[in-house]
Amino acid sequence: MDVLTPTTLDEALRLKAEHPDAVPIQGGTDVMVALNFDRERPAVVLNLNEVRELRGFSRENGSLRLGSALTFAEIEHGELRDIVPALAEASRTVGSPQIRNRGTVGGNLGMASPAGDAIPPLVVEGAEVECASVRGTRRVPLLEFVTGVKRNALEQDELITAVWVTPSGVPQTFMKVGPRNAMVIAVVSLAVSAGDQLRASIGSASPRPVLVVAPRDDAATFAERVAGAASPIDDVRGTERYRRHAIRVLAERALKRVLA
Amino acid sequence: MRITVRINGEEHQADCWEGESLLFALREKLGFPGSKNACEQGECGSCSVLLDGTLVCACLVLAAQADGHDVTTVEGLAEDGDLHPVQQAFVDAGAVQCGFCTPGLVVATTDLLRRSPHPTDDEIREALSGNLCRCTGYAKIFDAVRAAAARA
Ligand SMILES: Cc1cc2nc3c(=O)[nH]c(=O)nc-3n(C[C@H](O)[C@H](O)[C@H](O)COP(=O)(O)OP(=O)(O)OC[C@H]3O[C@@H](n4cnc5c(N)ncnc54)[C@H](O)[C@@H]3O)c2cc1C
Ligand code: FES
Ligand code: FES
Repeated sequence: MDVLTPTTLDEALRLKAEHPDAVPIQGGTDVMVALNFDRERPAVVLNLNEVRELRGFSRENGSLRLGSALTFAEIEHGELRDIVPALAEASRTVGSPQIRNRGTVGGNLGMASPAGDAIPPLVVEGAEVECASVRGTRRVPLLEFVTGVKRNALEQDELITAVWVTPSGVPQTFMKVGPRNAMVIAVVSLAVSAGDQLRASIGSASPRPVLVVAPRDDAATFAERVAGAASPIDDVRGTERYRRHAIRVLAERALKRVLA
Repeated sequence: MRITVRINGEEHQADCWEGESLLFALREKLGFPGSKNACEQGECGSCSVLLDGTLVCACLVLAAQADGHDVTTVEGLAEDGDLHPVQQAFVDAGAVQCGFCTPGLVVATTDLLRRSPHPTDDEIREALSGNLCRCTGYAKIFDAVRAAAARA
């Protein structure tokens, strides 16, 4: 096994092109579990911790560029709380302080788990994923970026460099069901926003992210529609029936909150 | 591969296998067994250390990622042979039974009190939510954190 530690984005992209099988690592909160339990033995690990260009966030013409290496702790505590409030609420529910200090938004999308808590709030805000390689940079809508359970649209030579959102500024919220308030992989989760339209995206209840959009006037039937858009499964964390029920309840509560 | 890490203020070097965690390197290669290995998956917090001043699970940091960085382990908290105030508070409150979770809790509490010297109970609960104790029932741990905050 080799660990490559580039210090610039150019170098990182060149290394990824030279080693298409290299497994990127940022916070390591997913990758290290796989390494520690011998579930993965990649020939090459690409450590992105020293690449400054991936850190932090910036604003460009009303759009927000969240660096791939932005941590949940940074989203939860800084000024982003007011700019992307549902994402900040979701970030607060991730794991524990230790996990939020290391876990990144780019790693969450790289993992593309149906339970990835960054995904529903970003989908509701119409996020796009910036993918870069030595060939250039493209942006993929997050809805299309996640192609299945733990699968994403990255080409072999690409890295996630950022996530773009144009903050809507409308009331929005994130809710999550689990056995306790910390260290919980969502049984189901939900992000909802209410502007001219009602928008909702669910987590842990479909193989790919789902976006449900309805006119604001349809609030009365919206929760039912959101639950209907789910395709949950039975697993160790919950049954299909429970999940569908929980989504309807969450959707009702979330709507009340954002329409208040 | 050889890594150089500043641990508790002093530079140390170790030869590591590329896939090993900072926790393994600390315990097995660098002579710092204070951080405990329980779950190796970020769930229990017994391996908590400060990496460049930030609270992390050492089991989830690739040793190679710590190369050139600063690490503070529980061994680095006591000064001149005197227990750190947080350690002393854990002893005084009887917040230790088997002691396996204690190093992680002490590091996490130290991190909390540095950020928020007089935390509310909710803040304490939140700050220690990544540290599991299978013995104490947490009441005495809370007492210890409150006592450490009161003394500071
Ligand atoms: C105890 C614990 C609790 C957790 N709780 C939650 C939770 O509540 N909610 C939640 O959503 N997640 C949770 N997770 C999972 C994890 O913390 C998140 O998925 C986190 O966002 C991963 O980010 P990371 O930087 O640590 O990723 P890494 O482990 O570094 O990487 C994750 C994946 O993304 C890939 N990747 C990383 N960076 C890039 C890049 N720049 N370009 C392309 N691919 C890349 C990696 O190759 C890997 O496949 C938890 C994990 C643990 C261990
Ligand atoms: S051993 Fe690292 S969190 Fe449990
Ligand atoms: S004292 Fe035994 S695990 Fe906490």
